Amino acid sequence: MTEIIVVTSGKGGVGKTTTSASMACGLARRGKRVAVIDFDIGLRNLDLIMGCERRVVYDFVNVINGDCTLKQALIKDKRLETLHVLAASQTRDKDALTEDGVRRVLDELIADAFDYIICDSPAGIEKGAHLAMYFADRAVVVVNPEISSVRDSDRILGLLASKTHRSANGNGGVKEHLLLTRYNPRRVANGEMLSVEDVKEILGLDVIGVVPESPDVLAASNAGVPVILSETSDAAVAYQDAVARLLGEELPLRFLEEPKRGFFARMFGG
Amino acid sequence: MGLLSLFRSKPNSASIAKERLRIIVAQERGGRGGPDYLPLLRRELLQVIHKYVNVDPEAVQINLEREAGHEVLELSVALPQKPPG
Repeated sequence: MTEIIVVTSGKGGVGKTTTSASMACGLARRGKRVAVIDFDIGLRNLDLIMGCERRVVYDFVNVINGDCTLKQALIKDKRLETLHVLAASQTRDKDALTEDGVRRVLDELIADAFDYIICDSPAGIEKGAHLAMYFADRAVVVVNPEISSVRDSDRILGLLASKTHRSANGNGGVKEHLLLTRYNPRRVANGEMLSVEDVKEILGLDVIGVVPESPDVLAASNAGVPVILSETSDAAVAYQDAVARLLGEELPLRFLEEPKRGFFARMFGG
Repeated sequence: MGLLSLFRSKPNSASIAKERLRIIVAQERGGRGGPDYLPLLRRELLQVIHKYVNVDPEAVQINLEREAGHEVLELSVALPQKPPG
């Protein structure tokens, strides 16, 4: 059984691609066969985060147009052998992605017995975002504890409930999860940032992960190594937990409180 | 939180954000799935009402409630208070 998971958010810059790359790696590390697809046609970026930008020969649109086979376009990850990347096209043609074309590619991946297909959605609610979510069984809605991100996520939840294959065909709808990124426990404690509970309450969804704000995320993207592979990082551990929850394990949320600081830091720290 | 911040009064901006979000999300969810003509209907009704009473645009609320088998379009107009006397 293949499960199609869309990673989406509405708002840009909240961590969709970082999350797609890390979730895909995390699932592959557990032995699952995973394909991660960049739906951001015209603004390809997943390849950089995955560190395979120089190995892109064919892309998603090439496959749809029949310029190459799916096999030729799938880039095998060098670190995890069950992980494959399908890069977005750099074309400026907005109609390059079609519902039928996307369906054909997904069907071929399903026939090839992939366990998971991760669809990395572009920001916004245009065609790319629509097609990224259309065939999904599950959605990971990435949200920052910030007012515009939360509102946009709610808009996306509305679309997931009405504009997807599952919602249209009464297949029980898309299963939705929240994933908070850039979480700063200190600012939450100071009343400067929405808490996990606040976001959960407003959006009314279960939380599959909370990724603390961490310099490791930028370091990982600089290096082209998904942050989940930065073993000692809190962000990596948070993503590993999220993957475990996606697979049905029940784990308590971590990193919701600021780390204990010493006397001097508490008295004089900012 | 350093020593200095103990002397500063600190508005809790997270709770302001939460309250604003709660309202806007409820409002946007209410409009979702409803007929597309609702916002236009609201605007035109407001214009008509304005000819007779000077009401605040916020005072006109239109809600579409779905109950089993039927829908109720609820229109509520809060008229301004008359000055005393």
